[in-house]
This record gives sequence, structure tokens and C-alpha cells, in this order.
Amino acid sequence: MSGLRRAFKDVMQFPTAVVGLLIIFTLVLLSIYTIVTIPYSEAIRLWRGGEEVWGDNPRAVPPAWTNLFRQQKLPESVVLTDESELVGKQMTAMSDGMTDVLLEYTFDYNYDAFPRDLIVFYTAKYESLAPYVAMFWVTPDGREIRLGDFTSRPSQTYRFDQDDRLMRRLRGIQPQVALFDDPEVDGEQPLRGTYTLRVEALLFEADADLDAKFVLYGQVHGLAGTDHRRRDLSVALLWGIPLALSFGLLGALGTSILSMFIAAIGVWFGGVLDELIQRITEVNMLLPTLPILIMVGTFQSRSIWAMLGWIIALSIFGGAVKGYRAIFLQVKEAPYIEAAKAYGAGNARIITLYLIPRIIPVLIPNLVNGIPGFVFLEAALAVLGLGDPVLPTWGKLINDAHSQGALYNGQYYWILQPTVLLMLTGLAFAMVGFALDRVFNPRLREV
Amino acid sequence: MADDASLPLPSDAVPAEIKKSPTNAAVKLARYTLTKMAMLLIALTIGVYLTILIANMGGYVDQILKGQIREQITVGLNMDPEFRRLPAAQRNELVEQYIAVEEGRLNLDQPFMLRSFRFLFRALSLNLGRAQHMSSDSGSRDVRNIILERLPSTLLLMATANLLLFFTSVFFALYLSRNYGNILDKLVIGMSPFSAAPAWFYGIFLILLFSAVLGWLPFGGMVAAPPPEDPVKYTLSLLRHLILPVTAWMLSGFFASTYGYRTFFLIFSMEDYVELARAKGLSAREIERRYVLRPTLPNIITNFLLMLISLWQGAIILESVFNWPGLGSLIQRAIGLFDSPVIVGTTVIYAYMLVITVFLLDFIYALVDPRVRVGSGGAKL
Repeated sequence: MSGLRRAFKDVMQFPTAVVGLLIIFTLVLLSIYTIVTIPYSEAIRLWRGGEEVWGDNPRAVPPAWTNLFRQQKLPESVVLTDESELVGKQMTAMSDGMTDVLLEYTFDYNYDAFPRDLIVFYTAKYESLAPYVAMFWVTPDGREIRLGDFTSRPSQTYRFDQDDRLMRRLRGIQPQVALFDDPEVDGEQPLRGTYTLRVEALLFEADADLDAKFVLYGQVHGLAGTDHRRRDLSVALLWGIPLALSFGLLGALGTSILSMFIAAIGVWFGGVLDELIQRITEVNMLLPTLPILIMVGTFQSRSIWAMLGWIIALSIFGGAVKGYRAIFLQVKEAPYIEAAKAYGAGNARIITLYLIPRIIPVLIPNLVNGIPGFVFLEAALAVLGLGDPVLPTWGKLINDAHSQGALYNGQYYWILQPTVLLMLTGLAFAMVGFALDRVFNPRLREV
Repeated sequence: MADDASLPLPSDAVPAEIKKSPTNAAVKLARYTLTKMAMLLIALTIGVYLTILIANMGGYVDQILKGQIREQITVGLNMDPEFRRLPAAQRNELVEQYIAVEEGRLNLDQPFMLRSFRFLFRALSLNLGRAQHMSSDSGSRDVRNIILERLPSTLLLMATANLLLFFTSVFFALYLSRNYGNILDKLVIGMSPFSAAPAWFYGIFLILLFSAVLGWLPFGGMVAAPPPEDPVKYTLSLLRHLILPVTAWMLSGFFASTYGYRTFFLIFSMEDYVELARAKGLSAREIERRYVLRPTLPNIITNFLLMLISLWQGAIILESVFNWPGLGSLIQRAIGLFDSPVIVGTTVIYAYMLVITVFLLDFIYALVDPRVRVGSGGAKL
């Protein structure tokens, strides 16, 4: 135990290792936070739920915090439903069972750019006579612009920019520009202030009702922005942390421990077994691992856990076996092994209690150094289009961004966020592994 | 670097009996080479057989063959005017009959274990079948043609990147081991964890910076579209497209391999015989060439070999990120189109490439490692 504590102290001598440990610690905390706040089923729902989950998000926009670095502040989305305090709903009963409904959507708009899109989603409840709806737009300087009017179906979507009559009234300028444009200023510049969307509806039946949701699609969204399907990237970025960590850790742990056992068994029993293990290792090193994984992904299963199993199976007979074997060969000749044999220790006992503990100092740096490889391998498979079909991982984000041409379209946030996280994870483990290597490997310490 | 490849063998490093019997050395070299070749062929066979087993998990190998038979028979029968005059139902029946006969002839009704060995032979002889959806640029549906068409671009990228990486890092490592402990040395040590990220990953950053933001270099591809007619312009365009993928490769590999070689050289230059050479008053350059580089050469080659093996596969993703028209982007497109013959075929080709690489380097290893010719010890790999 004191040996481990001394090793830890030695590792702390390396500033890079301290930084690496801090990053790993933060990532572990973040993954615990993620798993607690967004349970697995919720993450799947948020990532694969469908339009009703992410329909109100703007399409492929950068995160909101990018506004901090912009002179021209981009608008955030505004979603106003009947329940919102900013919406006033008045229902006035009139003669012959008709009801007059007045819906007012009030919001502040203090940005330097125009919204992406303006949509009102109506849900009407009626038996046979559909309600009649008319909409008006009130700007901060008091101008009132008449929008569309129509007879609403039970579920009706009014898209401002698809109303041809409105477009004509606005002299062909896109409504999301014309409705916000400051008339006092030449060129296109939004007028800041409080806007109101007024919906006047006439219900023809006694128990008819009309609700509406107004969505102003902004140009920035949330903590991490959105992708081409309007999904909030923060879900995938957060869930990517525990997935990447567990994939990397399980992969490195599985591979190094299994190859350690294989090397130990080979050395201890020697003879044909050892020879066989060595030959398998040589053949295994020549296998085209990635193409084989690609075949598994295409023909069998894309689940990252199935992939992990295959990756471990393909790498237990890797180069590590040779390294461990060389050390075990030395250890095998040690007098204390002789002593163990003399008091009658069995094979299993000698391997697990006498041989294997001696290799731990080599195993630990190897293990930590192996983690980035697995993390990047998962991302690489996803980039090739073999990502897990269900789970949101960083690699899948990169793949989405790459296949949607995010780099060509200037949507850098989309590709930068997962890559920076990947880089941080990989680098953190590599830095700690590097320090461990030098601490545990005295020959390296001299140079 | 040419003079390093043809380093004169230091007379004191080679035991005397070799000089007495050059034929003996040649025999030993030949025996070593043949043993290696046999080993590699066995490895190749096992690798390809494993590929077939994995591919057959969903019965895909059968599907490849059956699709091929169906196409051949349908096309063959359609050539016959008599056949075309028959009613549709009868025509289908006839096609099915012919297919059944042909499948029987090819023993598709036999158990898989028996057939798998036949597949193995077909794959080893590069008889890779026909693609389901893809075709080569010249219009062929033959998987072998599709792959052969892509091979030169992969080889070009791989050779440029790897040789550049290898020579720059070895020479820089030599420089660092000479100036051990200076700022550059510390920098390389500090940067070596950055090699944890693979080349494709740096590729994304490079594209972002140099293509998207600055617009200096192309996003991907191998030459401009349309390809320039003039050979000089063609070469220039090719070079321009090579810059980013090769830089990505270097960024990912350079620090770790320089660090590795440097540490290696340092450990070797602490040996007693180097001390002795220094005491004899030999120049630093002389010591480096004859007493450090020469004895480490076999290990350097082994290192290079291991690097090549892992990088062969890294190339798959690098190519798909850079849209480089090689094997990597071929396999990526094949995944997208679910073209199983192409995927299996590319895997077989990769197995071949790995084995050929290892064989070539093993041969070079045998040439530079005196132990092989003497017959004692033998090569590690």
C-alpha cells in the first residue's frame, strides 16, 4: 500500500499528470451528474424521440454562449404556450353561442439579427364548425401589421414565410425580416423592444376551444447548439462522457488483464502451450483488426458493447503479451517462486499470487495508456458510419456533422465540441499514463 | 538519408567467420526468409479464414455467390431471343431452374464447413466476386477491379506519409539524443501525449482551420475537379491535396515516435562500447553512425514495422475524413451501401497488404541484423 502511495506521490511530481488527473476527475463527476439527471431512458427519448421532443428547437444553430464573443447578438428561441405568463388569453361569450377569443403573445426582442423562422401551432377543439382565426403583429413602435387569417383545422400550423398574401403585403421581403425591421434605419436591422402577436379567433360552438403555441426560432440554442434534426447537442455531449470513459476503461482493463493472464499461463506452463500462445500472438498481430471490426459492424451488430467485446477478443493476443512474457520469464526464475513450489503451492496459486502481482507496475501505465486508444477507436468506428444505433456518442456527433457538411457550412461548433471533449479525454489519460510510465519504469527515469 | 541506408558494415561489429563463408550466410538468409514467408502465409490463411467466418455470420458469403449466379444466368438467358418470347411466368421458372442447377453445381447445398475452405481458396487467389451496388470508375463490377483501381492512391498517401514520418522522426530523435535535455527535447517529451489522438482526428482540425476558415487548401479529394490535363499541373494539384492528410499523419505520429526513438538512442548510447569509442576520440558523428545507429537499426525497423501495421488501418478513417479516393473511403462507401462483397474483399486485401509489408520489412531486417546470418538468436518478430 505504501508503495502505491509513493508511486502516487511520484506521479504528482509531473505537472502534466496533475492536469490530466484533474481533467479525468472532472469528467467522472460530469458523467455521474449526467447519469443522475438524465437517466438512460430519458437520454434515449431526448435523442431518438422524434419531432415532438425537439420540434421547437431551431435547426443546426450554434450554442447560446457564442453570443458572448459576438458583437452582433444572435436571437435565442422564444417558445410561448398558453400556460406561459407572457400570454394573455381572454374568452368573451357573444350571442348565439359564439365566443370571441383573444390571445396575446408578448416577448422582448433585444438582438442584432433576425430570427430563423416564425411558426404558430394551433390546436382547435370543435364538433363541426371550425373556428376562424385572424392574426396581427404589433411592433415596439406601435405599428400594427395584419398577418394571415384562416379557418383552423383541429391541428393547424401557420408558417409566416409560407403565407403568400403576407409576403405580398410585405413587398416580397421574408416575414422574419420585415416584421422585425427597423423602418427608421436604412438596410436590414432589427428594432429592439417588446413585440406582440395578437390572435383573434371566433369560435362558433359553445364548448369549442382554441389553443396556440408561438415559436420564434432563434439563431442560437442552449448550451451546445442543435444538429440538422433540431436535436439539442448537449444530451449527446453529456452522455458521450460516461460512454467514452466506460468504453475506454473496460476496453483497456479487459485487454490488459486478459493478456496478462495469457502471458502468465504461457510462461508458467511453458512448452507447447507457451509456443502456441506465441504463434497465436504473431498471427493476431497480422490480422486487419479495423476491417474485421467493420465487417462485424456491418454484418452482425453495431452495439458498442458488442464491438467492445470483439475489440477485446482481437487484442488480447496483441503485442502486450510479448512484453509481459519477457517480464514473467525473469520473475519465474526468482527464488521466492522456488520457495512457493517447495511448500507445495498449486499452479493457480503461483500464477495469481506470485507471478501476477509482480507485473502490476508495468500493467498500470499500459492500462492508462491504452484508454485513449479505445476511446478514439469507438469514435473512429462511428465516423465510419458504424456508431451505436441507439446511444448518443461523441463519435456519432462527429459523423453526423461530417456527413452533413458542417465544416463546409461553417457550423464549427457542431464538430468542435465533440472533438475537443475527445481530445481532452484522450490527452488526460495519455498525460497520466506518460507520468506513470516514467515512475514505474526506472530505465526511462534516467533519460 | 541515402547514405544511412547503405551504411558500411563496421568491421568490428561483424564476427569474423561470416567473412570466411559468404555462401553459408546466404543459405542462412534464404532459410530465414523462407521460414518467415511460410509463417506469414499461415498467418494470412488464418486471417482470411477468420474473415470468411465472420462474414458468414449472416450468411453473407452465400449471398455474394448467389447474387453472382443469378445475375450471370439472367443476363445469359436474356441474350437468347427464344427465351425472350416466352411468357413471364415461364421465364421466371426457367431462371429459377437454371439457378438451382448452378447452385447445385457449385455445391451451395453442402454444409458451410466444407464450403468455407473453398471460399478460403477463392479469397486467397483474389477471386473476390462481384459487387452488389458499386462499380469501378471504368465501369467494372468486379470487386478485384474496384479495389485495384483504388490501391495506388492509398499506397501513394501511405508511402508519402509514413516515409516522411519515419525519416523526420529518426533524424530529429538523433538530434535530440545529441542535445539531450535542451528546450526542444523537453518540448517533444511534453508533446508526446498528443500522439494519443489518431491522424483522422487531427485531420478534422486541419480541415477546419486551413480549408474552412482560411480557405488555403482543399477540403479533400486527391486532385482538383476536373483533373488538370497538364501533367505538371496535375502533380501540383496532387501535392496540394496531399498536404493536409500528410500533416495530420505527422501531427499524430511525430511526437510519440520521436520520443520513442530518442529514448532508445539514449539508452543505447549509455552502453560501454560507446563510452569506449568516445574515449578513443572518435568524432560525435562517427559514434552516432557506427555505434548508436548501426546496432539499433534492427530495433528501429521492428518499430517501424509495428507502426506501419497499426497505421495501415488508421488510413481507413483518414481517407474517409479527407475523401481520399483509396481503399479507406471505398470501405466507407461500401458500409453505406451495404455492399458485402466489397467489404469482404477489402478486408482480404488489407490482410494481404499487412502480410506483404511485414515480409518486406522482415527481409530488410534480415539484411541488417547480423544475428540472422550468423544463425544465433534470430529475429524477434
